[in-house]
Amino acid sequence: MGIVVKKKSAFKGLLLPENKITAKKTTEILPVPEKVTIPLQQSIGAPCEFIVKRKDMVKAGQKIADSTSYVSAPIHASISGKVSKIVKVVNPVTSTIMDAVVIESDGEERWVELKKLFDIKKSDDFSGLKKIVNSIGKKEILKKIREAGVVGLGGATFPTHVKLNPPPDKKIDTLILNGCECEPFITSDHRIMLEYGRQVLAGLYIISRTITPENVYIAIEDNKEDAIRCLEELIIKMEFSSIFKLVSLKSGYPMGAEKTLIKTITGRSVPIGGLPMDVGVIVNNVATSKSVYEAVIESRPLVDKVVTVTGAIENPKNLLARVGTTIGYLIDRCGEVGSGTNYIIIGGPMMGISIVDTDFPVTKGTNCVLVKEGKTQIEQNCINCGRCVDICPMKLIPLTYVRNVKRGNFEVCREYYIENCIECGSCAYVCPANIPIVGYIKTCKSTIAKNNG
Amino acid sequence: MEKGNILISHAPHIWRGFSTSKIMYIVVAALLFPTAAGIYFFGYYAIYIILASIITAVLTEFVIKKLRKKRFIMDGSAVITGLLFALILPPRLPLWMVVIGTFFSIAVAKEAFGGLGYNIFNPALAGRAFLSVCFPKEMTTWVLPPHFNYDAVTGATPLSESFIYPPDKLSLYKDLFFGNIGGSLGETSAMLILIGAAVLFAFRIIDWRIPTFYIGTVALGSLLMGKDVLFQVLAGGLMVGAFFMATDYVTSPVTGNGRIIFGVGVGVLTVLIRNFSSMPEGVCFSILIMNAFTPLIDKYLRIKPFGFQKKKKNA
Repeated sequence: MGIVVKKKSAFKGLLLPENKITAKKTTEILPVPEKVTIPLQQSIGAPCEFIVKRKDMVKAGQKIADSTSYVSAPIHASISGKVSKIVKVVNPVTSTIMDAVVIESDGEERWVELKKLFDIKKSDDFSGLKKIVNSIGKKEILKKIREAGVVGLGGATFPTHVKLNPPPDKKIDTLILNGCECEPFITSDHRIMLEYGRQVLAGLYIISRTITPENVYIAIEDNKEDAIRCLEELIIKMEFSSIFKLVSLKSGYPMGAEKTLIKTITGRSVPIGGLPMDVGVIVNNVATSKSVYEAVIESRPLVDKVVTVTGAIENPKNLLARVGTTIGYLIDRCGEVGSGTNYIIIGGPMMGISIVDTDFPVTKGTNCVLVKEGKTQIEQNCINCGRCVDICPMKLIPLTYVRNVKRGNFEVCREYYIENCIECGSCAYVCPANIPIVGYIKTCKSTIAKNNG
Repeated sequence: MEKGNILISHAPHIWRGFSTSKIMYIVVAALLFPTAAGIYFFGYYAIYIILASIITAVLTEFVIKKLRKKRFIMDGSAVITGLLFALILPPRLPLWMVVIGTFFSIAVAKEAFGGLGYNIFNPALAGRAFLSVCFPKEMTTWVLPPHFNYDAVTGATPLSESFIYPPDKLSLYKDLFFGNIGGSLGETSAMLILIGAAVLFAFRIIDWRIPTFYIGTVALGSLLMGKDVLFQVLAGGLMVGAFFMATDYVTSPVTGNGRIIFGVGVGVLTVLIRNFSSMPEGVCFSILIMNAFTPLIDKYLRIKPFGFQKKKKNA
């Protein structure tokens, strides 16, 4: 092992049962559905507005909604067909209602013209690829990323062109590619590293051109030995070994969270309420890197996602699904669900959102659909055992939030730095009294936000 | 899948499954070691005390939960209180006093405050304190082991003034370690208490800080007072108090540093009571006093969160 550096976690990592049952399953391309429902808000920032009308015919990859606001990302048709109607869907994360476009497929898969500058699947001329990237200016790269609607795919869905253009007073010296995927069950990033390794590394090279950092790290948890080896070979083959450092991290939840990852790799602590750029770091997810490559070199917008469908289901799979495909359609492609199934979770078991409506679509941020059998947990009294305090990676005292929220003292929670909570769920996972601590924290945060306008 | 069956739950959707009742029953299992020592050294009457105490504790909790129209959960916490209470009683205490004490522990010290998780004072210790105020004579009547008859020879406990030190120090230490000495039902054998503590550590039930700093402070304090350190550590209720009483989750601080302050505080109080008060032993009251400080410690002793920065001037 020449170029791999090993690192231990800089925090007390939680050991979870991994359950990565789809780790060895090659991504299947999901057949194009008859219709897709594409919500107009799929990223942090301003919601988009339609630029198509009902009954318009659209091609796959055609922009259908955009916003003039800087912090926003346009939205594209993921299939070709007719705009049949505009519907309202409930955002399960924020419980707000948003508009969505329904496109009925014409079954023809007509795409907008994609100008491919390089064919990475066939060509091994990587110095040629670098020349192409170097010939595109920073502004042009950011413009292409925005036009393709690329957002952070690690979960936060922050528009990537904004992240890669930090204010001039923030000097960025470190870029981290996040391939940790520390949540149990999810394997989409793992598969992307194995199957789209070239695109991921080329995408990272493009990103590093925009912010010109001194150090570029690729961080992968050591439970994904095959992905580490695969990227190591590719780094050597693509002659990136002088600029990219591959880091194998000791597995422990939540390693993939930005703050804990930055601490582990650089030793720097992102200040409370601050962003990674405050300590000179930008973190990007491997799936984002792939999308950046496709946006800049292939001018292909973000219209599909690798989604792991897993849990209590007959054939758990990794699927390449178009944005707007319903969750139910994905589940149906993976066979029968377990008889006692009563939870459908978008995302992983630690931070995912449970939904009731299987008609909810895959969005840009979707990386996993977890079907789960289970009983409702009965909440008991807090016994002050301190397990939540001990495990909290942000060194908070979670039990005080529960106490104060129960009494309605939301503002007191701010004295205990509730805004520093990353909602990783470690506290509730270890709680012997089954207290849904994160639920209390989310309630508190949203109430504080409401009270302060 | 039928749509109507889908439920909503909060993240996280998985749990470690190490529940409150599991913790409680591991503690009960750990307590069986000092319990066995009590029965071995003080005879079958110890079994009566233990059973009277546990049954009263569980029944009292059940009745009060029903009266308060709350759900009764057999989480094992009442069993612990009952068992712990029995272990810190004189081995020949009349059973009706045991029942009164246990009733006080559960009804007043625990349920009147709101039940498990809300009590300020360790229920078993509060019950003992109540009995020593009500029945001072019976609460200081001790017997010397091994005695299996009710009419045992009374004798002094090691910490009382009338205790006659044997000339051979080594045999005294040996008796203190194995438990062949006068004292409360389950407090005499340091060896079996340590085995029970090892069980708690093995299952990560208790944090090392409170017992370490408690016993350490008592050892240091005794050294400064010119006392026999090993004797002070092994005698009386210190061992049970340090591992099973002071570590009670509900009535001790949640942060690491808070637990250190708590342990040191209990230790200082124990040394003071043992050396300057009219009472021979101070473990019970020391822990109760520090229990009262626990909410304060948790309120004012904050831990620095991740990314904490001192406020910069004119930032």
